[in-house]
Order: sequence, then C-alpha cells, then structure tokens
Amino acid sequence: MGLRKGLLLLLRRILRRRNTKIGIYGAPNAGKTTLANRIIHDFLDNTEDIGVVSEIPHETRRAFRKEGILITAKGAKLRVDIVDTPGLATKIDFHDFLAYGLSEEEAKKRAKEATEGVIEAIKWLDDLDGVLLVMDATEDPYTQANIVIIGNLEARGIPFIIVANKVDLKNAAPARIKNAFPQHVVVPVSALKGDNMEKLYEEMARRFR
Amino acid sequence: MSGGGEEEKDIKLDLISEDRMASMTSMEKIRFILDGVKLGNIVVLEGGLTPEEQMKLIEMTMSEIDEDFAGIEIGSYPVKRGFLGLRRRTRLTIVGPANMMKTIKKDKDLIRAIISRV
Repeated sequence: MGLRKGLLLLLRRILRRRNTKIGIYGAPNAGKTTLANRIIHDFLDNTEDIGVVSEIPHETRRAFRKEGILITAKGAKLRVDIVDTPGLATKIDFHDFLAYGLSEEEAKKRAKEATEGVIEAIKWLDDLDGVLLVMDATEDPYTQANIVIIGNLEARGIPFIIVANKVDLKNAAPARIKNAFPQHVVVPVSALKGDNMEKLYEEMARRFR
Repeated sequence: MSGGGEEEKDIKLDLISEDRMASMTSMEKIRFILDGVKLGNIVVLEGGLTPEEQMKLIEMTMSEIDEDFAGIEIGSYPVKRGFLGLRRRTRLTIVGPANMMKTIKKDKDLIRAIISRV
C-alpha cells in the first residue's frame, strides 16, 4: 500500500462517525443488484429487494441506498449502508435495447436514464467508505471500466474488494480475475446461490471497519 | 483519394504527443478528445489520461450521448507507480467512437482494436 493511500485510509477511518457506506460497482449485468439483494436477505429481511434483477442491461438506472445493515462474520460486526449503483459503461446505444423487445420509445427512454445513472454512480464515489467491485467471472475482467474504477479507488484511497461473481456457472473462471489483478483481494462468490458469501462478509468486516 | 466515395472510407487518426497534452488542463484534454471523437476521429494520446481524467471523460460522454452519438470506446494501459506509490505515470490512451472502434484484446501492455468506418 502506498504511503499516500495509507494516510487517506487512516484519515477516513478517524473521521467516520456513522454507518460505513459501501458502494457496489461494476459493469452492467455483473450481478450488482443480485449481490445487494443477497446481503439484505442475509442480514435484514429475507423478503425485501433493493432492486429488480433483469437480463436487459442497465436495469438499475438510479443508485439505491439501504441503511443500517448489521453484517456479522466470525464474531466481527460491521454496520453498513449498501449503495447499489448503475453499471458503469462508456457507451449506451438505444438500438441495443430493441433486441430485448423494447419499443423504440422505451429503448430511447431507457438509454437516456442509463446515461444519467452512470453519472450518478460516478458522483457517489465522493461519499463512500468502501466499494465492492463486482466482476462477472465468466467474462474477461480486463475491461476499461474495471481499470478506470480501480484506478479511481486507488487514487481516492477507498478500500475495495473485487467480487468474482457467478461462480455457479460452468464457464466461470475466477482465477482469471485473480491473475488480472494480483495486487487486490478477490473473493469468488455466487450472489444468486449464496455460495462463499461467508468469506465475503469476513473480508468486508476486516477491510471496511 | 480519387473520389467522394473513397473519402467516406477514410478514418482519421489524431496522434497527440505527450508535450502537447502537458500544456492542457484536464478539462481541455477531455473537450479536445470528445470533439475529435464526435467528428468520427480516433484519438491516440501518447502520454495517456489519468484514471480520474478517464472517469471525467466517461461522465462527460454520458452527458453528450444522443441518437447520433452512442458513446466512446476507450483503451489505456494501467498507470505505473513509482517509489512508495507516490508518483504515477500514465501511459498511452486510445479513444474512438463506440460505433467505429471495438477493443478485441487487452492486457496490461497490449491493446488490440478493430476500427471500421460505419
């Protein structure tokens, strides 16, 4: 850890007087909302969802915060606010949504809202104490979106965990994510099935306290 | 080129030296890149953009997306860090219109992209 990053982290912890705000970031369809829902189901309410999960990209077009979730793992406790953010993208073409059966008007509206959602996700970085960066373990992790997010988290001294999601799928390769970002903590999970979530909660309690 | 039809197939590259970029503020760089990309150019920056500048570029791109401009494709090498992580050195960044440029392979020292005229 660099000296500057360490000092920023220390200062952030000293000044914190409230719940730890954890943002969930990643590319569209990485499973961010599924992860947010899983955390809420495990520690708050098994019937409540923070957002709707869909195969259509950019389903989450607004950031949603769920406050006061007490995460416990092996005796450690961490009270957090979870912020589910829209997927970070560099391009949004309304034509892509037509393939999912949306009308042209609906597709244009969705594209417009999605662009606003990306801006909102970027703005949220100013107010976070930690980040779960979700990557789809079946996809190539070395994308520009992931590189830009990691670069900005490092520059701001925000601690983060890379969540290698969708390990329940046959073609998942979490080792590829570990190889791409060997200097960072990577926890393989299936947010959908709940696999290895205990390990993620332990890591969150360790790194975000 | 011999005719108008041929010219339409041309792809313009802006290769910007590190010295040229050093004289610009972050906002000037981003405006310069976006203006070029919206004209259909591929912009290659020798010195690259910092992660913060890239995030700002994404933010500004989002605010300018419309029916004619679907956004950008961007590729860059990760920054290199110096002693104690105090000094960062940015490296090459390439930016193009999303409907013309597609990154097909990328690792920490290689960017391979296909560029095609729409």
